[in-house]
Amino acid sequence: MYPYYESDWSVLPPEANRRFNPAFNMATIKQVVNEAIERVRMPTPMRLRDLIRQIRAARTAAEERSVVNKECAYIRSTFREEDSVWRCRNIAKLLYIHMLGYPAHFGQLECLKLIASPRFTDKRIGYLGAMLLLDERQDVHLLITNCLKNDLNSATQFVVGLALCTLGAIASPEMARDLAGEIERLMKSPNAYIRKKAALCAFRIIKRVPELMEIFLPATRSLLSEKNHGVLITGVTLITEMCENSPDTLSHFKKIVPNLVRILKNLILAGYSPEHDVSGVSDPFLQVKILKLLRVLGINDVDASEAMNDILAQVATNTETSKNVGNTILYETVLSIMDIKSEGGLRVLAVNILGRFLLNNDKNIRYVALNTLLRTVHVDTSAVQRHRSTILECLKDPDVSIRRRAMELSFALVNAQNIRTMMKELLAFLEKTDPEFKAQCSSAIVLAAERYAPNKRWHLDTLLKVLVAAGNYVRDDVISSTIQLISDSSSQQSYVSLQLFKALSEDHQNRQPLTQIAVWSIGEYGDLLLQATPDEENGIVPPTEDEVIELYQKLLWSPQNTVTTKQYTLMSLTKLSTRFNNTNNKIQQIISSFCSSLHVELQQRGVEYSQLFGKYSHLRPPLLERMPPMELTRSQADNGQTNGDVSDPEMRSVDNSPRHNVHSESNALLDLLGGTDSTSDLDVMKISQPVAQPVSNTNNQDLLDLLGLGPISSTPTTDTGGNNLGLIMENNNSNALISNQNSNFLSGDLFSSTAIERNVPTLTAYNKDGLQIVFSLNKIPDSNTLSINVTTTNNTLSTMTDYIFQVAVPRTFQLQMLSPSGTVLSPNGNVTQDLKVTNPSRNSLKMKVRLSYLIDGNPVQDQVEVNNFPADIWD
Amino acid sequence: MMQFMLLFSRQGKLRLQKWYVAHPDKLKKKITRELITTILARKPKMCSFLEWRDLKIVYKRYASLYFCCAIEQCDNELLTLEIIHRYVELLDKYFGSVCELDIIFNFEKAYFILDELMLGGEVQETSKKNVLKAIAAQDLLQEDEAMEIALRDVGLL
Repeated sequence: MYPYYESDWSVLPPEANRRFNPAFNMATIKQVVNEAIERVRMPTPMRLRDLIRQIRAARTAAEERSVVNKECAYIRSTFREEDSVWRCRNIAKLLYIHMLGYPAHFGQLECLKLIASPRFTDKRIGYLGAMLLLDERQDVHLLITNCLKNDLNSATQFVVGLALCTLGAIASPEMARDLAGEIERLMKSPNAYIRKKAALCAFRIIKRVPELMEIFLPATRSLLSEKNHGVLITGVTLITEMCENSPDTLSHFKKIVPNLVRILKNLILAGYSPEHDVSGVSDPFLQVKILKLLRVLGINDVDASEAMNDILAQVATNTETSKNVGNTILYETVLSIMDIKSEGGLRVLAVNILGRFLLNNDKNIRYVALNTLLRTVHVDTSAVQRHRSTILECLKDPDVSIRRRAMELSFALVNAQNIRTMMKELLAFLEKTDPEFKAQCSSAIVLAAERYAPNKRWHLDTLLKVLVAAGNYVRDDVISSTIQLISDSSSQQSYVSLQLFKALSEDHQNRQPLTQIAVWSIGEYGDLLLQATPDEENGIVPPTEDEVIELYQKLLWSPQNTVTTKQYTLMSLTKLSTRFNNTNNKIQQIISSFCSSLHVELQQRGVEYSQLFGKYSHLRPPLLERMPPMELTRSQADNGQTNGDVSDPEMRSVDNSPRHNVHSESNALLDLLGGTDSTSDLDVMKISQPVAQPVSNTNNQDLLDLLGLGPISSTPTTDTGGNNLGLIMENNNSNALISNQNSNFLSGDLFSSTAIERNVPTLTAYNKDGLQIVFSLNKIPDSNTLSINVTTTNNTLSTMTDYIFQVAVPRTFQLQMLSPSGTVLSPNGNVTQDLKVTNPSRNSLKMKVRLSYLIDGNPVQDQVEVNNFPADIWD
Repeated sequence: MMQFMLLFSRQGKLRLQKWYVAHPDKLKKKITRELITTILARKPKMCSFLEWRDLKIVYKRYASLYFCCAIEQCDNELLTLEIIHRYVELLDKYFGSVCELDIIFNFEKAYFILDELMLGGEVQETSKKNVLKAIAAQDLLQEDEAMEIALRDVGLL
């Protein structure tokens, strides 16, 4: 052999090499020469390893870019020339380039070509490329579906494996439909390697297209009678998905509980098996999956729960807890115990496990414990209370995630008995915490204080501390509620004004809510402030008039205060002119200086208030008289401002103390109705108002508000009452003004006793993740139409935006939807909307409801079926 | 179900990305960038979990590499740590005391191993031995193929 040829060999690609047959003839030599010339024109591509080296050697981003661009240009050219010899190498390089963040979409089709190649190496890289470069959004579906179909029928198990793996990663609904049959066949394959992969493919297919579940059902059951752990775990995963998918399948699989219990028992009791052992625990992956499936099967099912009680207790007591893996299993067990209908003793065991977790050195375990306790705190508060001090300790954890969880859990644990100690810790937390927590934490403290405050003095002190600690993170509604509270507690006014003055004079740097509340109460109770009893404990003495005015001057000229704050301050200063004796001239001077303020709003106030010192000074004292105490029924004020956008703080107390709630609501109504003679009707109402109807109550209040407490006659007229109510509610929701309705609504017996006595049936259509939807049903007499008033309430602490509520009814019904009162649900706020369903054929009503909203920036979507409408609704 | 897994270095360079849900490329890049910065900013003493959008992020650092997984609310985060650990053990066995460079230069192998451990975001094999056996058999298949072509070239086949 000539050396000339030998050196040439290494240059030539393997495919061309094979022409170098010892038995060559003239024709083959010619061909080889031609190909060699071709190679010279297009030299051997760089190896992957060399490319990576070159890229890593680049010292600047620009240098790296130029290496990558050069290589990409080269790879593109080889793709164009349909070079199949080096395709595999080029795609591998492209995948590396893709990982660095450069575009690589031009390799998509080449991946498909690789997949179609008969060589395993090509297929391996081709499928890898397909998983990385394609996803279900790409339009090369048909091509890849065909490739997959071919390979799913391959005789080599690894080729089938590659195809299954790819399908599992990028299955689109179309692909799922086309290939479901193949997967079902492979689930019955005698080869465990293929069976396990097929089971997970089926899992993904069902996730994408739930209707396809039916075909997999027969083949699924047998997966559990398997010895191979791979097949077992994938089988359990698949069954879990199926059970979560449909209630029918769930009940179908109830009978496998004993099988699962047996598998789990074998895992725990079987001795050491090196293949599946993880630090002394036998196959934790499989154990966790089984525990999860048991949970799904045991929820709300006494019999199934009974069957798994023993094994859960066994797992909970027998698992080795020195390592993370043991705790993994305990954690999953606790979740299962909490969710199923388990025995009391078992639940105590579970909470105690979590208590032990809280003391664990491992942060991850502590975090998980807090998270789980948060989920169970509403079920079993007293058990969680025992771990209160540990939980409060977690507020000081260096880790944000743990702090956040600890904070949420602490608020869930606050009650009338422990409010003082808890608040001390939580206020200390509020002071030091990151800005991101301040808003949430301050709102939660305000809510808790409102609910459990032992006395007014304590309540006001707490609010003051929140205002100082949270600064501008305090939510706006806290300002108005605090002002109401101060106004309502006459015995504390001088004390509070003094404290607020102190806080303000110490630090008025950029704490707008505090400043606004402080100037309001100093303005309102200026005379009391001057005569306040000194607070000797903290060395606070009442200020002189001059000191107050000096502070006001600082506030008004400080650039940090917002215009709103300055408006509060100006108003307050004007009030002070009637509360103070010696400083009127000074006050007048300050106010008139605002007559030329650059800000039009402040200027207007300056001019207006100046008038009160000049021509109309006789009006000043009566105009600025002290306001009568505002009552703490905040719903009135809120509704008045928002006009129909019902946000009812009473709702907050609904979940905890329904009885108290009914009482206070009817009180509120009584207050509203004031001097009318309809007390007898109201008595009836108090009795007939079921607890579950706070929402319809609120609407009544609203209406009264909107109508400006117009004359309410109590003459009963029976038939139109319901109708009118419906109409007005609509108006209310669409924010239309009542004035366009003529006055006979007002005199038209809106609140005739029949309208109220007739219990409007309500049903809760949805109650999940803090979002509650209540339907108040109202049949319109002498028609087939049902008017449904939908009230959606946000019971979380976050605002929900972009709220969309959609409804579908069977074809025999006609549905009319009126526009909702809004799309934003503030915490404890609500949105109302009216539906009209006409039912000519008098079928029983079923409804599908879909809703979507954004909470904390996360989209949430859900769909439920409502079919629990009362049967007599159409009568 | 696991939604995706990312491997990245302490310098914030992505070393491996596996997506079990379909996102446009742009979004993938955005998510990756966001998570890498968030995780690298966390102090070593912090816990391995964070809430991110509606997912739970579980991450763990092994030498210079961060392993980061996104799982759903109903998934067990402690188990995810075990999955990560299992993957690291597999890489270690395959490469023989693995280091970042092994994964850089043999990234395709790292993907192949992950694909034998997980499929569609769920664990498919709980035995280390079986995973390594499957990988070894496939590597052998590739070598046989190369050998066959070479033999064909010299005319022995």
